[in-house]
Amino acid sequence: MSAPLLPPIGMLAELTHRCPLQCPYCSNPLELLKANRELDTQTWLDLFSQAADLGVLQVHLSGGEPTLRRDLEQLIAELSALGVYTNLITAGVGVAEGRIEAFAEAGLDHLQLSFQGARAVTTDRIGNHRGSHEKKLETAHRARAAGLPLTINAPVHRHNIEEVQEFIDLALSLGAERLEIANVQYAGWALANRDLLMPDRAAVDRQADIVAAAQEQLAGIMNIDFVTPDYFAIYPKPCMGGWARDAFMVAPDGTVLPCHAAHTIASLRFERFGDRSLAEIWADSPAFNAFRGTEWMREPCRSCERREVDWGGCRCQALAIVGDAAATDPACIKSAAHSRMATLVDETQHSNTAGDDAFMYRRITNPVPAD
Amino acid sequence: MTALRERAIVSLRSAPSLPRHVRIQYDPVRLAFAVLSPEKVFWPNEISLDILRRCDGQSTVECIIADLAADYDADPQDVADDVVAFLQEWSNKLLVKL
Repeated sequence: MSAPLLPPIGMLAELTHRCPLQCPYCSNPLELLKANRELDTQTWLDLFSQAADLGVLQVHLSGGEPTLRRDLEQLIAELSALGVYTNLITAGVGVAEGRIEAFAEAGLDHLQLSFQGARAVTTDRIGNHRGSHEKKLETAHRARAAGLPLTINAPVHRHNIEEVQEFIDLALSLGAERLEIANVQYAGWALANRDLLMPDRAAVDRQADIVAAAQEQLAGIMNIDFVTPDYFAIYPKPCMGGWARDAFMVAPDGTVLPCHAAHTIASLRFERFGDRSLAEIWADSPAFNAFRGTEWMREPCRSCERREVDWGGCRCQALAIVGDAAATDPACIKSAAHSRMATLVDETQHSNTAGDDAFMYRRITNPVPAD
Repeated sequence: MTALRERAIVSLRSAPSLPRHVRIQYDPVRLAFAVLSPEKVFWPNEISLDILRRCDGQSTVECIIADLAADYDADPQDVADDVVAFLQEWSNKLLVKL
């Protein structure tokens, strides 16, 4: 590492893995933690305080479903007192009466609400939860009534990619300031369900056109962020803005990781908050330093003019597809394995004739499939 | 059908403010002012910061321009062009409310 170590800006706090929904592309690990493994309130408060001291300006409170934590109001209030910008990432299902208002009063800055479909039938089927769409609409209305800024998050895959225009209309009708059209990232549960989730190229192209037109038309009315699909890309995304560069995440048991999927890199050992301070983990953890900056890169990344644009892309995707976490992300056209992406897309279009009831739905009790 | 909101256009009579999801905050770690928004953190330069600080929902764009021109001892017309362009850009990104 030749570049100076910068303080982190953002932190994703996965408060729990518990969730009423069972989305087959969940970004949580296949081995989900039960409630008895979750950090207690005081430990989260200590962690938040250390995070603020370290330079964290934004905390995304996520899960699982973070509102299942009964201490969420207290966690928000503490972050607010520390001057940290708080973003609640919720599925908006089963949130008890009065709590959205309590989050707002505690100082919540922003709420991000997921919709699995723009149509009720899609939302209910993908999350495997009957009536969830209606509940989400109600959560959105309550958030707006409480004065909270709102982002609608739409994870996109084969089963809802034709609903993109409807997602845009839905977000507008709910008064959202922002919409995320986020093509599913194939790690964790999404990787396990890839054959059933991967869209085809024609649908991806149609989607991109709809989003581009809406972004132009809705400038100043609603922001639309488009998370592009890696398997159809030419260049990789700067995953997490670069490994351990300005953000990190904390799992429900206090394990500190550079990204959601980093635990899939079996050669790395991640440390837990409490065993070491956050500052020590950020600066010294071998797992954080493994792919930080550009020193770890090989060709074609090492001499690439984009090496500080995308930071080599996603390490977990390199491992999952190339079998080597230090390889160039195969989403990159310069990767020797780039053509594998198109091949994998083709395979998903032909390998599967089963209905979507073949989904391996996300469940805490699910057996971990053999790889 | 959705009652479509309309894009706001900067005028000299606009009284810009920061929407609820945006705030300016001094960061004691980096010794700089940050603009915090839902997914992004911005590090505005001094002039941008001087404009944003005046977005209090009371001062009109006309007042902001006159004020800045006096502070920077600059030609009000040059300042006006910059301020209007800046506010329109930030409004388009929903970071400023007009």
